[in-house]
Amino acid sequence: MFALRRLIRFMVSLAVLVVASFAMIHLIPGDPIRVALGMNAPPELVAQRREELGLNNPLHEQLLAYIQQIFSGEFGTSFMSREPVGQIIVDRLPNTLALGVLATLVTLLVAIPLGMWAGIRTENGRNRGTEIGFTSTTGAAVAVPEFLYSIALVVVFAIGLQWFPPAGREGVASYVLPILALSIGPIAMVARLARVETLRELGTDYIRLARAKRLPEFRLYFRHLLPNTLTATLTIGGLLLGGLIAGSVLVEYVFAWPGLGMRMVESITQKDYPVAQAIILVYGAIVLVVNLVVDLILAKLDPKSMIKES
Amino acid sequence: MKIEGMTVRFGAFTAVDDVTLEVPPGSIVGLVGESGSGKSTVAKAVCGLVPYSGKITGVDVTRVQMVFQDPYASLNPRMTVAASVAEGLRLPRAARDAEVERLLELVTLPTICAGRYPRELSGGQRQRVAIARALGAKPSLLVADEITSALDVSVQGAVLNLIRSLREELGLSMLFISHNLAVVRYVSDVVAVMQKGKLVEVGPAEQVVGSPQHDYTRELLEAVPRLRS
Amino acid sequence: MRQLLRTATGVIGLVLVTLTLVIAIIGPVIWGDEAEAVNAGAALQGASAEHWLGTDHLGRDIMARVLAAGQFTVTLAFLATAIGTVAGMVLGLLPVVLPRRLGRFVTSAVNALVAFPSLLLAMFTAVVAGLGARGAVLGIGVAFAPSIARLTQTLAASVANADYVAAARLLRVPRWRIATRHVMPNIAEPVILNLTTVLGGSLVAMSGMSFLGLGVQPPSYDWGRLLFDGFARIYVDPVVAIGPAVAIVAAGVGFNLIGEALARSVARTPARAKQGGRTAKAGKAAGSQPVEGAVLDVKDLTVTFPGAVTPVRGLSLTLMPGEIVGLVGESGSGKSMTANAVGGLVAYPGVVTSARMRLCGEELTELGQAKRRKLMGTSMAMVFQDPMASLNPALKVGGQLSEVSIVHQGAGPKAAWDRAVDRLGHVHIPDPEKRARQHPHEFSGGMRQRAVIAMGLMGTPRLLIADEPTTALDVTVQRQILKLLREVADETGAAALFISHDIAVVSELCHRVMVMYAGNVVEELPVAALATDARHPYTRALVASLPDMETDRDKPLASIPGHQPSPADVGAGCAFAARCALATDKCAESPPLDRTADGRAVACWHPVISKAEVAVP
Repeated sequence: MFALRRLIRFMVSLAVLVVASFAMIHLIPGDPIRVALGMNAPPELVAQRREELGLNNPLHEQLLAYIQQIFSGEFGTSFMSREPVGQIIVDRLPNTLALGVLATLVTLLVAIPLGMWAGIRTENGRNRGTEIGFTSTTGAAVAVPEFLYSIALVVVFAIGLQWFPPAGREGVASYVLPILALSIGPIAMVARLARVETLRELGTDYIRLARAKRLPEFRLYFRHLLPNTLTATLTIGGLLLGGLIAGSVLVEYVFAWPGLGMRMVESITQKDYPVAQAIILVYGAIVLVVNLVVDLILAKLDPKSMIKES
Repeated sequence: MKIEGMTVRFGAFTAVDDVTLEVPPGSIVGLVGESGSGKSTVAKAVCGLVPYSGKITGVDVTRVQMVFQDPYASLNPRMTVAASVAEGLRLPRAARDAEVERLLELVTLPTICAGRYPRELSGGQRQRVAIARALGAKPSLLVADEITSALDVSVQGAVLNLIRSLREELGLSMLFISHNLAVVRYVSDVVAVMQKGKLVEVGPAEQVVGSPQHDYTRELLEAVPRLRS
Repeated sequence: MRQLLRTATGVIGLVLVTLTLVIAIIGPVIWGDEAEAVNAGAALQGASAEHWLGTDHLGRDIMARVLAAGQFTVTLAFLATAIGTVAGMVLGLLPVVLPRRLGRFVTSAVNALVAFPSLLLAMFTAVVAGLGARGAVLGIGVAFAPSIARLTQTLAASVANADYVAAARLLRVPRWRIATRHVMPNIAEPVILNLTTVLGGSLVAMSGMSFLGLGVQPPSYDWGRLLFDGFARIYVDPVVAIGPAVAIVAAGVGFNLIGEALARSVARTPARAKQGGRTAKAGKAAGSQPVEGAVLDVKDLTVTFPGAVTPVRGLSLTLMPGEIVGLVGESGSGKSMTANAVGGLVAYPGVVTSARMRLCGEELTELGQAKRRKLMGTSMAMVFQDPMASLNPALKVGGQLSEVSIVHQGAGPKAAWDRAVDRLGHVHIPDPEKRARQHPHEFSGGMRQRAVIAMGLMGTPRLLIADEPTTALDVTVQRQILKLLREVADETGAAALFISHDIAVVSELCHRVMVMYAGNVVEELPVAALATDARHPYTRALVASLPDMETDRDKPLASIPGHQPSPADVGAGCAFAARCALATDKCAESPPLDRTADGRAVACWHPVISKAEVAVP
């Protein structure tokens, strides 16, 4: 029941996304083709591009054509390189996904134990030093953007120490720096969350009862505490994942990573609208799918949250 | 006031099922029941805080006032006692202070409390402020929803005495809701018992408590803890 | 401001932000000309004594450019924040003002947008609004709006659902007045707090856009743009990227740390003392011998918290096998803290001391950790007030029971599970096999409390501590649980410490009653004496103020004037004196808990001894 409702919401969001990405070109003030090709572009070329995009047809026909395009996976042709946009996406999407998925795994594997450890150590204001150290370090780490992490990592580990390649995607070593750059911020964020959740759960009666039962600490923390902190952490962590995918745009740019983000930046600066439009649509769809999956997993993990929803 | 055929539904769940109940002028009707019986929903519906079907007659619904269970949540933490009490007054500024003073006196709060904030007051005092605020609107019906269940026993008596003296002095009609049968019996003229959204028994307080007609009322009465002597 | 300076985080944040703002204000005036000075001869230089951070392709000093760019960067961040905040707050407050259906639509739209990464929203807006500072500022503003809207919405919704808003509605306070007097003041603080963080976030985001070449375009420049220029040369001269990078980090981190310190000061985490969370044995009380055969034998139990807060003050307690002792008192009397102290559950920074703390004849403070764990784990059972909260929502009920046997008795999983099912059946839970496999949320409140009691029966309980176990339950369920508790005590021969604020409940279950007031036991008496023969004025007043089914409805109820001092305010002398009708000058001195030959005890200089009724006023 919950899954069905959630699925419907997903479909609606997807529809809105499609319309929004379609509308993007039409929202650009003035003639988008003129804006893209510049004032000095030959009139024939402008006319040809207009025809290509179907801008001369009535709006509803354009939308229909756009949707048909999406279903056939074509997405039109790039203004600049003349490549089919569908091909660009097929080529580049796997690289972006690899980065995103690996960074997410690293984030969760590092952040949740870290946050739990900090929470347990600082329960009831114990170990104030740890608390201040943890909160200010993570507080600062959250505020530093991923592109600065990327640059710093490049300067130190690629240019200075020359341990890893500074750019491109070649071999396992080339993954290290981009993944690191992409996950430091989210690690700090999720670790903070996990700590707050841990502290909250430590104050509950069921933990008090588990303590009254004199359970060994390992059992107390891993069997009783972890599952309960996990659901809340993952709920917000799921949202974070979307941000992580967006962050990959900047990281790809610094590392000249052959992914979608790199290409999106190029297409926006070059006003290559068909490409920008398609990539924004794909990014949006990824975010929606990720959120859907996270929600469905959570509903499975935590039957209570489902009840709350209804 | 008369409630006729009141039904409240939340989705597929029927919280209040066809309840008909009369509150004669100047009397206190006590509504008892366990959690989930729908007694608080009746209170909210009477105050217009939840939508209901059915009729409420014999009372100006815009002049129904309510006192809530939790005295810590029912006062705006950023408003002084005087400001809270003055909220319901439709008086020129000049007359307002005097009226606030009169109302605080009515609920036996020292005038010095007027300038204080809720956090500076005890639970019992806060509950008095809430009552004073409700009285300021000259209610035709006062709905009291579990107003003593968050209070300590030693303070509860004073609030219950206040409720009774208000009825005597002001001729206030009141719907008094509580899960505590002893408390309801003590303050009410008429006792109504609710179970699972339905009204199962209504009658004069002594009669309902002394010779209950419905099985559920008997069950409730038997379950009330008594001080052994 | 003073609170900000109290933490290192706040101080660092404040210094960084002040520095940023000062540079933003004076930067263009002082370094503006130098930043624009073209010197073709000195183009593309690295770091030197003359140009600390090198020069750009036109030979302009990068250090000067960074310092001069602060103003533009900060201004853009402020603009984006302003756009985001205004748009966000409007969106957030709309559902409060709009009709229900439309409001719900706005809410779900905002929820959908929040899930959307802000950078994508910003890029979308930037494409539409065109490349450049204007598009980027607009984009970032729009991108921040949903999260601000959601924050506003959540806060507004929680305030709008508050009882005081319902009360204002009933008083026919106009809508706008409810918004301005009730909703706004109560959400302003967290929203403003959040703004510092948003400010830092938009500065960083703006820099990101410029860095990608999607924000500020030449000849204008902000920190992001300078980084963009420097990045192209990073492999040759890494130093040219340092200036703008450091500036962005300093400003971003500064704003975030301030936001954090502010949030912390609002949450008001008080400074804690260094020590605590431990149990210590105080000096042996002279001439006192452990009570033979007692299940629990506690002498001079004191619980202290930093700041001279002492919720339990030298309490002594002895429970014999099979004995059910009630501990009654009003909220704040220290009765629950006593239960926690006996159960070894007083959390840091509380300090528990006692002259004696013996469980089943073993002095707990002298027992090794492993032995104490096993002894307490198997022979002591606890039940808490809220059955909804005391079972772990993530684990099956059967598993939560069986682990007691697995951990403390070395039982195998199968045997432990069977015992769990058996115990669930024992506390009259129907169909225990099926119930054991369920999660707590499938249980009713009464059933959960039964399961918790069953958990205590997994070992061989000698002591049962029940802290308000029926307070959250309906009277009919309360009756069943009380019956079960008595059954369990009779059958196991365990002693029980039953804590409650309700003397009627205590009188139904217990053999002996201890009355607590302000951290002290003021009277100890057999239950039969409670109703008419209590000696302490407080006990008598408490009994008198309890309405029951026979209370005379024509007489006012008794009540006690004043209120109980909080654990931090208990002074010398009898704590009840201020509220006591019988108090004299003598009561300025603390009355000892005097034990009489009939096994009763009272701590009062003026106990009411005569059996003749002393009418309560």
